[in-house]
Amino acid sequence: MKRAKILHNEQTLNVTVNKAGQVITAEGSVLEEGSFTWLPPCEGKAFVLAINYADHAAELSFKAPDEPLVFLKSSNTLIGHDQKTYQPDNIDYMHYECELVVVIGKEAKNVSLEEAMDYVGGYTVGNDYAIRDYLENYYRPNLRVKSRDTCTPIGPYIIDAAEIPDPHNLTIRTFINGELKQEGSTKDLIFNVPYLVSYLSNIMTLTPGDMIFTGTPEGLAHVYPGDEVIVEVEGVGVLKNTIISETEYLNSLAN
Amino acid sequence: MYSYRIKKDGQPLSQQVKEAFEVELTNDLLPATNGAVIGVALNDKVLFDSLEKQFNEKPHVNPPKTPVLHIKTDNTHIGYGDTVRIPTNMGTVFSGPSLGIVIGKQACRVSEKEALNHIQGYTIVNEVSLEETSFYRPAVKAKCRDTFCPIGPWVLDKEHVGNAQNLTISTYVNDVLCHTTNTNQMVHSIEQVVAYISSFITLEVGDLIIAGTPLRTDNLAVKDGDVVMIDIENIGRLVNPVAAE
Repeated sequence: MKRAKILHNEQTLNVTVNKAGQVITAEGSVLEEGSFTWLPPCEGKAFVLAINYADHAAELSFKAPDEPLVFLKSSNTLIGHDQKTYQPDNIDYMHYECELVVVIGKEAKNVSLEEAMDYVGGYTVGNDYAIRDYLENYYRPNLRVKSRDTCTPIGPYIIDAAEIPDPHNLTIRTFINGELKQEGSTKDLIFNVPYLVSYLSNIMTLTPGDMIFTGTPEGLAHVYPGDEVIVEVEGVGVLKNTIISETEYLNSLAN
Repeated sequence: MYSYRIKKDGQPLSQQVKEAFEVELTNDLLPATNGAVIGVALNDKVLFDSLEKQFNEKPHVNPPKTPVLHIKTDNTHIGYGDTVRIPTNMGTVFSGPSLGIVIGKQACRVSEKEALNHIQGYTIVNEVSLEETSFYRPAVKAKCRDTFCPIGPWVLDKEHVGNAQNLTISTYVNDVLCHTTNTNQMVHSIEQVVAYISSFITLEVGDLIIAGTPLRTDNLAVKDGDVVMIDIENIGRLVNPVAAE
């Protein structure tokens, strides 16, 4: 089952997506592409793993961490599939980050490694844009880098965990304007899905809808206004997003 | 106006009264706000100055150029009178007395001059945290444990608070005054903080900003069985018992 949230006639609807990729309402009608807006498919705490692929750690000249480096995103930053992310003026380093996102399915507190997968409800795709110009490296991944309005596309839908028998063998790809820029595999995760669920649940209670962005492999590149960015996790989904300038964004707010 | 939240028939209910005494403090009050909670780290002059040497050494090399923010997730939020549950094997746990700034009107890219127009009022926050030996990531483990953010008992409209940038904050543990600070110790002012955050995060009605916690000394340490009370001049008192997890 693929579950999504959309905005249709100014109402938020929970819908499903069928094998043909069509959006089906709770009443069973098929909605035409273009007649609705995709929303983030889940609401909850958004955890993000920094440096969870060894190759990405090397790319950033970091040594691989011995404990998960987790930070949080605030909900303002999440946007749905096929939406626009604005690039602030006068910056040089805006990078996409294609990530497998784990969605918690039931309340989890002090869960063991062995039980952890029982608490995974599904998966989706995330694009964790970073404005690296603003990175004050050792003062935590500042919210200005990672939690900006429109900076985190997620979706299009949540696919049930049962449909992804092995989340640790999925190809991850990013395309800018159709050109392949990033490719990796979730088999290279430093801390895998059960480890992350167990680790976080031992710090705090996880609740349904909480998201764990599992990190990105190497292959960073800059993006520019006008770029169409597609991030894809094999079997999970394809998430498209367009970069716009700050001026364009401010104009959209004014309207 | 004092705005507070209670649970009625299992549902959260917002209430408003004109006088503080009208609020029944024996009720199980909910956290006074129900939006996002964003903390401003390193926003106390004494704390900031105490770290000056560390800031200029590796790995930091430079002091932070902009306010450093962190998030207190929903699972941390509790109301007046609720119990703060602390682990007993992870080092000292500290209270973090702070003014809470509550947004009353959506704030997207507001200037310092306009910032006050977007503030509804103020509340009291106890930003509980495990000891942090360095301001290196991640803060999640120290700050986002369940019950680590009492908020309340109410939000007092800004008109009744007076000069929010000059309020005494007193912390009592088991009725003994153990720490005093003042909102005039903020490195970045209330207006600066709201303007800065809103330059890239759209703040919604009900969102809360933890203005800044002081240097955590042993005076602010709490342990199983303590009762911690934070008093902010003109606003009120936030009381929470502390118990082992």
